[in-house]
Amino acid sequence: MEHLLEHIIIGLALGSVYSLVALGFVIIYKATKVVNFAQGELVMVGAYICFAFTVQAGLPFVASFLLTLIFSVILALAIERLALRPLIGEPIISVIMVTIGMSAVLKTLVQLFWGTTKKNFPEVLPDVTVKIGGLPLEIEYIAAFILALLLFVIFSLFFKYSRKGVAMRATAFDQLAAASMGIGIKNIFAMSWCIAAIVSCFGGVIVGVIQDINTDLGHVGLLVFPAVILGGLDSLLGAALGGLFIGVLQKVCEGAAHEYLGLGGFGNVASFLFLVVILMIKPYGLFGTEEIERV
Amino acid sequence: MQNKCGQFFTSYRQENRLFKTWFERFWLLVLFVGLILYPLCFDSYVLQLCMINIAIIAAVSLNVLTGACGQISLGQGAFVGVGAYAGVWFVQSGAAMLPEWMFVVFGGPFIPAILCGGLVTALVGMFFGIPSLRLKGIYLAIATLAAQFILEYVFLHWKSVTGGHSGMAVPAPEIFGYTFDTYPRMFYLTLACAVLMVYLATNLMRSKPGRAFVSIRDHHLSAEIVGVNLFWYKLQAFAVSAFMAGVAGGLWAHTARYLTPSPTFGIGLSISYLAMIIIGGLGSVLGAVYGAIFISVLPICLDLLAELVGGFFPELATPIKATKGGVFGLVLMLFLIFEPEGLAHRWRLIKAYWKLYPFAH
Repeated sequence: MEHLLEHIIIGLALGSVYSLVALGFVIIYKATKVVNFAQGELVMVGAYICFAFTVQAGLPFVASFLLTLIFSVILALAIERLALRPLIGEPIISVIMVTIGMSAVLKTLVQLFWGTTKKNFPEVLPDVTVKIGGLPLEIEYIAAFILALLLFVIFSLFFKYSRKGVAMRATAFDQLAAASMGIGIKNIFAMSWCIAAIVSCFGGVIVGVIQDINTDLGHVGLLVFPAVILGGLDSLLGAALGGLFIGVLQKVCEGAAHEYLGLGGFGNVASFLFLVVILMIKPYGLFGTEEIERV
Repeated sequence: MQNKCGQFFTSYRQENRLFKTWFERFWLLVLFVGLILYPLCFDSYVLQLCMINIAIIAAVSLNVLTGACGQISLGQGAFVGVGAYAGVWFVQSGAAMLPEWMFVVFGGPFIPAILCGGLVTALVGMFFGIPSLRLKGIYLAIATLAAQFILEYVFLHWKSVTGGHSGMAVPAPEIFGYTFDTYPRMFYLTLACAVLMVYLATNLMRSKPGRAFVSIRDHHLSAEIVGVNLFWYKLQAFAVSAFMAGVAGGLWAHTARYLTPSPTFGIGLSISYLAMIIIGGLGSVLGAVYGAIFISVLPICLDLLAELVGGFFPELATPIKATKGGVFGLVLMLFLIFEPEGLAHRWRLIKAYWKLYPFAH
């Protein structure tokens, strides 16, 4: 395969978006045990809000990005307070379905405000191409990769050393014990949603800068499941590595299937086939917590 | 099961009846007479009624798996798709594989093909059910999500069977030389199948496998301890559920008469089936029926509303139609937050209220 290197590099760029979305997913799951099927829609909302501030309101990019972050935090707080908190203690299917319902609502709202046509982000970064391994690569991809890496490092440090981060880990480990040590569980839940929204917002803006955005962007929330499962549902490192790996796997499989089998659009299916294999042999992923149970 | 005060059974036969009182039987009869007369008297919404019948079969099938056995499936839409394609294949190319006596007994290839389509779907369902032994809750949900995406890809790319992107036309079904080529005729066929499937599901739930499913849902360890073979019964749940979904798919193909794989059998369909059983009430067969009707009628009502409002404010008609997905999501969320036990539970409360009225306590 002559384009192998190209596929791998594009895959890494795609994977860094996956990593960000997976990071948001894992943060919510770790702290609240909620499986968020609306993660992709949070990405989409972030991208559209940023688009609205930058293009429609004409603000400079940095200002609109900060405003977008504030908006997503408010949105996340509202979602947590209105939809998820009444469902604490309900069976897992209810929680899954409420996030699915929410994703439908968010998608419809975005469609009502902005329509279903593609939207183009303005050029944020200078139009520079960098050569990596003899391959011209737009600077956006490199920026996406670096940003994903940076966010991952920041959140790892946050969880390891900051007071709030430790409190979140404690909540994830044992809610009852954490509550009795004086940690406000509800605040932790709200905070984990905020962080997830911020991370997805970064993901959305990166997608917007790399390509144009449309209302199918929310689909990425489902495509990220292989990455999350590969890394383990509750591991940040797993989310980051899993995202990158699945991105590369998708692009390489897509290229290979196109070249040798003449099949189009095989990438997504390849990652889901891979997901089934992982679930069969190592369901808790590379770094996830294993729940051992013998029947 | 709530019965009237003062209703005394003198034999097991009376107690085992599905409809225990004359009152219930009478109104059920009225309902069916009404349904049978409807296509004769009116000609609007008959196609929608057919689709409601099919949705009822699919929702009841998912209810066996998710509501009764507790195995979350995000792939039911794809299973319906497998049934649709397999059913059509058995009618057209695969008819030669069916034994001769089936054509004689069932009056043509249609009924055997639908049944074989169901069996193929059951095999596919069992295959994707195998991970359920090791996986629970969210992991199983994600595994079935993978099944959904993989099957959808197969629909799109196995061109010789499915016709690929462009889809394929389906001939009208024929039983004993009678062609079901109009929507009213299809309505009777789908209604009969829906009644049969609801009857089967109801009886399944009150027999040994049904009880085993419920015990697995409530606590899988205790179920295993009292002698329920987890793997076998989970596979059974997947097989039965997929079989019924496959039958629903076969009927769908022959009602729509044209099959396109995506987004017809996409993730959206799977989600709407899950929404049906949740809104109706998890684990209750009747609830799945209510839920299927509710979710199928919702977009029709929105269209009517759009027409009505559009008469006064023409610029509002399109936005109202565009909110279908959002209204669906909102209704789902509101039900989960305010009425998690669904329409079936609410209906029981209403009945109890009127039974005791005006002496509520």
